[in-house]
This record gives sequence, C-alpha cells and structure tokens, in this order.
Amino acid sequence: MIHKNSLTELAAGLRARKFSSVELVRAYLERIEASQPKLNAFISVLGSQALEAAAAADRDIAAGRGRALTGVPIAHKDLFCTAGVRTTCGSRMLGNFVSPYDATVVAKLKAAGAITLGKLNMDEFAMGSSNETSYYGPVRNPWNTDFVPGGSSGGSAAAVAARLVPGATATDTGGSIRQPAALCGITGIKPTYGRVSRYGMIAFASSLDQGGVLTTSAQDAALMLREMAGFDPNDSTSVDTPVPDYVAELDAPLAGLKVGLIKEFLDEGLERENAQRVREALAILERLGASLREVSLPNLPLSVPAYYVVAPAECSSNLARYDGVRFGHRCKDPRDLQDLYRRSRGEGFGAEVKRRIMTGTYVLSAGYYDAYYLKAQRVRQLIAADFKRAFGEVDILAGPTTPTAAFRIGAKTADPITMYLNDIYTIGANLAGLPALSVPCGFIDRLPVGLQMVGPHFAEARLLNVAHRYQLETDWHRHSPERFA
Amino acid sequence: MYDFALFFSFAFPPMSLTRAQIESIALLARLELEPAEIPVYLESLSRILDLVGELDRADTGGVAPMAHPLPGLTQRLRPDAVTEEDRHELYQACAPQVAAGLYLVPKVIE
Repeated sequence: MIHKNSLTELAAGLRARKFSSVELVRAYLERIEASQPKLNAFISVLGSQALEAAAAADRDIAAGRGRALTGVPIAHKDLFCTAGVRTTCGSRMLGNFVSPYDATVVAKLKAAGAITLGKLNMDEFAMGSSNETSYYGPVRNPWNTDFVPGGSSGGSAAAVAARLVPGATATDTGGSIRQPAALCGITGIKPTYGRVSRYGMIAFASSLDQGGVLTTSAQDAALMLREMAGFDPNDSTSVDTPVPDYVAELDAPLAGLKVGLIKEFLDEGLERENAQRVREALAILERLGASLREVSLPNLPLSVPAYYVVAPAECSSNLARYDGVRFGHRCKDPRDLQDLYRRSRGEGFGAEVKRRIMTGTYVLSAGYYDAYYLKAQRVRQLIAADFKRAFGEVDILAGPTTPTAAFRIGAKTADPITMYLNDIYTIGANLAGLPALSVPCGFIDRLPVGLQMVGPHFAEARLLNVAHRYQLETDWHRHSPERFA
Repeated sequence: MYDFALFFSFAFPPMSLTRAQIESIALLARLELEPAEIPVYLESLSRILDLVGELDRADTGGVAPMAHPLPGLTQRLRPDAVTEEDRHELYQACAPQVAAGLYLVPKVIE
C-alpha cells in the first residue's frame, strides 16, 4: 500500500528511513508491469537501471547525503532526452533514437535524487489531445479504460492517476499538461514560458512549449517544480530570475485574493454539469476568503484559430530537422536525396503530424505569411493584452480546464477540428506565456473534471498556494480509480 | 463579438484547397503522400483554414506581431565563442549511415 502515499510523503518517509528506495522502486515497477496491458502508459521501462539507482539512493540516505527527492521514483514524458535511453517522442521517426545527452529537466531531477522508472507514452511529437496519435498505441484512462486520458501528456497523466508513479514530467504547448490532468483527476501545472528549461525537450512549437509536472496534489507539484525550474544558459528563452521556494509558500492565507471568472469560458459550449463543478470549486475559494468577479477577455475566443497558425508554423520549421540523414528513421534504398527526404518523412511521421507540418508549410509559404502568420501573431498580442488588463483587476483567473470530461477512444479521431476544440480553454495561457494549473474539482458520470487557474507571469507560487488551500478543503485529489487501487 | 459556440457549430462556408495545392504543399514539406491520403488532407486542411479564417474578424490595425511571449524580452545572445567539445562519434552513433565520420547520403552532384 506504499503507493497510497503522496510524493511529499514518500520523500519524507525515505529520509526518515521508514522504507528503502529499493522497496519503493520495486513496488512501483510491479504496478507498472501489471498495468501495462490495461493502460499502455509507458513506452520504455527502466527496471534494472532504476533498481541500481535506488540502491545508490539508499546508500546516500544512510550516509546523510539525501537531497530533496533522493530515492523518489518518477517517470519522464518520452520527449525529454535521456542519455543512453531510447527517446521516441511517440513517433516511428525516433523509434531507434538513443539520446546522447540528458535534457536539463532530466539532469536537474536526477541531481535532486529522483529515480527514473521509465519513459511515458504521449501523442506523436506532442500533437494531440487524446493520446491516440502515438505510434506506440493509445493510452487508456484509468477511470474507464474505454476512454481517452487526454493528451498529449496522456501517459504521464494515466501513470500518476493509476499511482504507477507519484509524479511525472510533462509538457504543455496548448493544454497538454492541464487537459490530461483534468481528464485523469490529477493536478498539473504549466509554468510561465521560460521558467523551465527547454534544452533537451524535443521541440514542437518553440514559442509555446513549456515543461511542467503532473502529480496528485499541488503540494507535490510544488516540490517537483522547485527542483526542475531555473535558469539554463543552454536555452536562449530561459529566464534568469530566482526560483521561489514553492513549498514554503503553499500555506499562505487566501483572504483578500481576487479571483476573476472568465466570462467567455462560462458561455455556451460548456456542459451544464461541468459549469456546476467549477462553480462549486469557486464557492470553496470564496469561503476561504477570496472574492469573485466576472471579467471579460473579448479576444480569448480567437485563441484556437491563432494557435492553429502559430503552432503548425513552428512545428513545420522545427520538424524540418528530421531528414533521414543525421538521426531518426531512414527509408530503404533512396533513389536520390529528394526521395530520401520525402519517403523517410512520409514513413516516419503519422497522420496528425503530417497534417500539422502541411498546415504550417502552407501558412508560411510565399504570399500567405502576412495573411496568416503575422495576423495570428498580432491577434496573439491582443489576447496577451486582454490577460494583462484582467490581471490589473484580479490576482488570478479561474474557469473550467476542458469543455467536457473524457470521451471514448475513437470518438473524435475522424474529425481533427473537433479534437482541436478540446483545448479551447487552455490555449490562451500558452499564447500569452502565462502559468496555469488544473486541479480536480469533481466528477461527471464517474469521470473527473478540472478547475483551471491562470496567473500573471511568474505567479506559480500563488497558483500552487491557491490550489493547495483548495485541496486542504476538498478530497477530489485523493480519489483514485478503483481498478488500480 | 466572438463566440465559442460558433466554433462548435461551424456554420460558415468552407474554403477549399485544390488537389494540386495539396501536392505542392507536400512537396514543399518534403512529405511523400499515398494517393489515398490526398483527399483526406484536402478536406481537413480546408477546414483548418476555415477555422483560421476567424482571425479576420479581429481588428489588428496598429498592433505589432508578438515577437516573444514575455513582454519586453528578446532572445538572449551568447558570446561568439566555441563552447562545445568534439563529440561527433557519440552524436553519429544514432545516424542511419556514416563512414569515416561523415554522414552518407545519395549522390547529389553527378
């Protein structure tokens, strides 16, 4: 029953030597193995490496050299490069790619003492909202295995929800941390753009991508994020400002907190029951001393169209590096260089990735750049200005994370637009580079839904503090799927 | 003025690409497509462009395109100095085809 502990409790238990890291790692590896046929959350499991690292962690703790996460098992989304370990990004293209180096996030968590149990399944190149675009098969939602876990960090979310690991890394370009967090009933935070290094994080859309964490609670997210965040000279967009101690700020009182309800998010399109769950959550914040007021962000509904210009444009340029020459998939017997490029890419990428590369190629092509790309970047500025204005009136913004709870596997694969609209409430924070998190706030037909909170740049500590105080009053984050008890 | 419900209903007339345009985009993107894939992308890319066409409703006169998600920040530059060591053997270990430290590609110049 060791897996019933939170990540914070596990770290403390290891330090107090209530159990060893080897015991802990062994218990989680067993859970991973048993769950794999049902959930498909992992692409690679690092059993023997993890056990060796656990034995070393136990020696460190015995010698008084324990650090914040010494001996704590975690897993990484398979787009974080891990030295000597296959890193696929959910794609056939990188099926044989063994990274020569560690991503900064991986190195920092390793330095903090965390132990990597494996690499987590995801939508191919993080392009998807249901984890159905993975070359390695769909991930299933632990609350009901006929349903999707959300995406693109679907493996990370399913693994944490099923208690296969107490915490996992994830990334968020348009909602890929918050949306699966909501659909799997866990906590996920996407930090401010530039807060967490993107070095070694396989690029999708570089002005939107940001690494973060999925855990069961805000308290655990604070601990893990504190160890991951910080300036990195290897990432030219990394911001050089000190990382606050997110854990130390968790308990601050909420009296006087001004919470803005995003008017545009509570309009039509949001299911009545989902709106109800959000209002119940907001009532709890009110009881804790927060005041609520409605705010309007009139340009926010243009987030989805702006995103589907900017993200594919950046994707088409980032994914140009997969040429069948330096690494990744190469077609058999190329006739000439063009054939090598076209067939290697045609075979290596799946349908959704090709769709986004082609959309991006089109919007950046001669004659269309101004009409699409520059127009979208101007609209992005209007959206950012809406947020800025709102944060002049309120401290944080709140609303639903997703329009609905999880949907059935296959229900939305036929129509990409329907799939894109899953991220309607999450994309705005990416476009403006803002920190945002999702916490579980109840169930609809036995499937979890989430409350989203968005803050001004670098307000991670405040968001985690509000989420933690909310979780002291509620137990939604303690619910776990019966089948994986 | 803008309404999320509109995106859910999708009532506006479709903008249509042509088959030749899809083939040209695929060539520019260096993607080989199966013949059966072309109508699929024709339909979905046309619909994506419809969605994106919503941007025309926004008045962006006098608004500068966003250059960096954090206001006032620009890309940081580093000194123009060599910081990397030569690790080509490690990096080429995952290449499809190498010989004598060089990446092999089909003949380019006759």
